Amino acid sequence: MTDQGWPLWEVFLRGKRGLNHVHVGSLHAADAEMALHHARDLYTRRNEGVSIWVVRASDITASSPDEKDPFFKPAGDKVYRHPTFYEIPDDVPHM
Amino acid sequence: MTEQEQPLEAHFQDTIDRMSRIEPRDWMPEKYRATMIRQIAQHAHSEIIGMQPEGNWITRAPSLRRKAILLAKVQDEAGHGMYLYSAAETLGADRADLTENLISGRQKYSSIFNYPALSYADVGVIGWLVDGAAICNQVPLCRSSYGPYARAMIRICKEESFHQRQGYELLMTMMRGTQAQRDMVQDAVNRTWWPSLMMFGPPDANSPNTEQSMKWGVKRHTNDDLRQRFVDMTVPQAEKLGVTLPDPELRWNPERGHYDFGPVDWDEFKAVVSGNGPCNAQRLARRKAAHDEGAWVREAALAHAAKSQGVKHAPVRDDQRQDLQAQSERLVVPLEASHD
Amino acid sequence: MRAWLTLTTHADDFDGSPYDLLAQDHDAGHRWAFGTGFTDPLEGIDTSVPDALDPGALARYCLALGDDALIYSHRLQQWVAHLPELEEETAVANIALDLLGQARMLLARAGGIIGQTEDELAYFRTEKEFRNVRLAEHADRDFAEVVVRLLMFSTWRLALFESLAGLGSSSAGAPDPVLAAIAAKGANELAYHRDYAASWVVRLGDGTPLSHAKTQAALDALWPLLGELFRPGPDALGTVDPGAFDAVIDTVLATAGLDRPAAAPLAAVGGRAGRDGVHTEAMGYILAELQSVARAYPGATW
Repeated sequence: MTDQGWPLWEVFLRGKRGLNHVHVGSLHAADAEMALHHARDLYTRRNEGVSIWVVRASDITASSPDEKDPFFKPAGDKVYRHPTFYEIPDDVPHM
Repeated sequence: MTEQEQPLEAHFQDTIDRMSRIEPRDWMPEKYRATMIRQIAQHAHSEIIGMQPEGNWITRAPSLRRKAILLAKVQDEAGHGMYLYSAAETLGADRADLTENLISGRQKYSSIFNYPALSYADVGVIGWLVDGAAICNQVPLCRSSYGPYARAMIRICKEESFHQRQGYELLMTMMRGTQAQRDMVQDAVNRTWWPSLMMFGPPDANSPNTEQSMKWGVKRHTNDDLRQRFVDMTVPQAEKLGVTLPDPELRWNPERGHYDFGPVDWDEFKAVVSGNGPCNAQRLARRKAAHDEGAWVREAALAHAAKSQGVKHAPVRDDQRQDLQAQSERLVVPLEASHD
Repeated sequence: MRAWLTLTTHADDFDGSPYDLLAQDHDAGHRWAFGTGFTDPLEGIDTSVPDALDPGALARYCLALGDDALIYSHRLQQWVAHLPELEEETAVANIALDLLGQARMLLARAGGIIGQTEDELAYFRTEKEFRNVRLAEHADRDFAEVVVRLLMFSTWRLALFESLAGLGSSSAGAPDPVLAAIAAKGANELAYHRDYAASWVVRLGDGTPLSHAKTQAALDALWPLLGELFRPGPDALGTVDPGAFDAVIDTVLATAGLDRPAAAPLAAVGGRAGRDGVHTEAMGYILAELQSVARAYPGATW
């Protein structure tokens, strides 16, 4: 059996002076509690008073800012998506 | 390129030419994506492998303050590796695959880390010269055309400049110390100077990809340019420290407005890059051992997560299926119920 | 819940605070290492010893708690670049740094009383002058031992520090205000360590059959080293209620599906153990590594 990596989580922080959460990067964790712990270690250096959201990358649906451009038609027939970004183990349905 | 792709490619190049950024959801040539993944991944691998030469000195650090500083620095390097893997993953790479590429030798890391760190002075010299060279390389990358990479570089540069200062400060303390300490520093400098120059890569004449990389904003300056900047910055620092750089041809050239320096031994560079450096095998073996010996831990964490949340997000191994079938009631979890 | 978001952020977004966080000085010298300053650990603090206390006893006690942290941190440092995942590298390095920071403060407190620096104490004492418990010296043979040992150590040390800091109903705190302050700061860190260890013991105990077996084996191997923690000795200024300790451990073990070992405590040597300077054979190797460079360059400043 090949070693399955831990799933990818995206990390959002709202700093002490911040008004909203901002995407700061990602990490790998086996579960949400671990993701929060690691986000605190990695992205806040355990600073107090920072609000952290962790979201499984596979739970995020993203748009492309270029979709508004008249060059591009809406979703279905895009050749330039990166489907591998959302590659998750076989038995998890694609969202 | 297909007809369909031409306007996409034009828009892509125009974005780069305007010094704006390419983001993960934007169209990009497949070669740009592959080049970017490779560059970012190799940078990430360098940070992770780079933990080892200095990491080996943490337990022997000769004062508690230096121990704390070094431990924090090595911890930062792990963090930098993770920021970079994270950036590579926005391009569709998977960290497990990248790790496999590192361990198998398919992807490289900075060749400087294939040299041994032989004394405590090496810790200071690595901070001064190796981090110094890395900063020279990295500051321009803060304007990389690829957004997530540029942002990771900004974070990393802020921290790395601190590391360089700490390394230099250790050397200053040692150079003002005993003769044995001064000898240790000079010896470390003698071994590390030329490999630091090699960190900027082969001469421009031998770098065939430079032109395309510059056009795509993957690279902002040539290898020789950056190498020259590094020499110009570092020579005065060496003078201040009171160490001699091991190059008899090193001298200020007033007409060029730069320091002239001697020839780099590119044969040694090739040997090291191709796997015959003093520490290549050792560095990879350590990374591989950590990864292989940790497999049962990673699997356990996934298995536990699956038990806690239902099977939605965890793959089930063949040998686990039988166990789980015996507890089948627990597995019938509606998909929507796994998150609140 | 699904998050509908654009994953793209633009150049002008990043002068927002999350990016500043990593660069800002939380306070001077505390730049990267959470809980660890890079300057003199007790700078600016009134270090006079209260009249009611025997300075020698206070120094011995601070040394004991400092040595626990110093030696424990050493063992964690040996795991750098050996951990199962990169995220654990940052987590474990953090814990090692916290403990090193606690060691520095405690050694400085003891050293201030007996007239030695933190470095003189760390690098120029011999094995029999170190007062750490034997649990701190143990070399973890795998990640299961790392987290089980950390669970045991941090649960005990947290309870002790809470007692010394006067937190919780049963204690007025240590009579030395410096020790009480060190304990208060350390308690926050130790709560994090205990939480980290407990989460991992649960994951491994209730993970795969292999991880369960390794974790039970780790528990069984380490259990005998617990007894020493509950024989505080005459200089102790804080206490840990064994019942409270058991309550935490038993909860974790139950959640993890692990059996509480029945092993007897490791015997002492003529009644003497770690606190008396009688260590395991590992101690010689630990100090040989820890002290080697400092001893090789006498008179050097680093």
